[in-house]
Amino acid sequence: MTSFGIFLTFFLFYIFSKLYQKKRAFYLNPVLLSILSIAVILKAFNIQYQTYMESARILSFLLGPAVVSLAIPLYKQRDIIKSYAREIGVGIVFGGTLAILSAFYVAKILGAEEVILLSIAPKSITTAIAIGVSEKIGGIPALTAVLVILTGIMGNAVGVEVLNLIRVRDRVARGLAMGISSHGLGTARIILDDELAGAVSGLAMALNGVFTSLILPYLINVLK
Amino acid sequence: MYKGLAIIFGFLFLGEIVVRGLNLPIPGNVVGMVLLTLALIFNVVKIEDVEKEAELFVKNMSIMFIPPGVGIVLYWGLIKSQAISIFVALVVSFLATITLTAKFVEILRRGEK
Repeated sequence: MTSFGIFLTFFLFYIFSKLYQKKRAFYLNPVLLSILSIAVILKAFNIQYQTYMESARILSFLLGPAVVSLAIPLYKQRDIIKSYAREIGVGIVFGGTLAILSAFYVAKILGAEEVILLSIAPKSITTAIAIGVSEKIGGIPALTAVLVILTGIMGNAVGVEVLNLIRVRDRVARGLAMGISSHGLGTARIILDDELAGAVSGLAMALNGVFTSLILPYLINVLK
Repeated sequence: MYKGLAIIFGFLFLGEIVVRGLNLPIPGNVVGMVLLTLALIFNVVKIEDVEKEAELFVKNMSIMFIPPGVGIVLYWGLIKSQAISIFVALVVSFLATITLTAKFVEILRRGEK
């Protein structure tokens, strides 16, 4: 019965992806719905996480080569990086650090435990990288994965509206803010309105993932 | 197909070796990604050799988040007891990051012109 986990994952993701394609509602995020339904199924039938992971593990293993593969979109967009090198560089250092510190300190002020603070710190970067970073700094990778997706859903749902509300019209500023604050899900939304902002957002997402994974282990030592 | 996979897994392995060798607190896959980007820029690896395989991984990445995410079942109690602080921190941090970054970059670019 080892194939139970991988079957369940493909099956539910297929169903929820179909549903999402039909309704296009941000709260129907297929990854989040799959995670929650599988969690409920495991609880309801008293199935161990290890039993589920016996075969589902192969999917999480593929995150390794998937992260390496992010080099390809990065390389292909190198002209945009060159054109806006200063904005992208300064923006990521500013926004990437702000994302970490704001999440860490707000949670700390509200009395969250240390392991929660470590899990929430990398929540603005792309899920694939965030899971690895969380593990390295002693957070709970599973919680980080869920928090990253929730953050992305916010960006997808209201990111463009927030940028309109504060009247930022600069396309590079909009793209950077979106990619840094809400990674791939934010990028998927802004690219529908503006191709340049979308491209900048995608780059900001990948580069912020690298930036955050480089500084967070050291920053955490200072914060703790 | 196998050439592309060998390159991608080769860089993943290389990243893991570097992280282990230098005792870095960074995920090996991130180091592998940076090294592959550099290899492409400096023409050590040709884009045609990895493009198709890499795009397959990138396009299908979201399903790979599900198994690690399901791990929340192991921390149900902990998460439930701190759900409000987690939720407030997420919302505040998101709003602060998107608004301040957008304004910051806009001002930066205005000064440039």
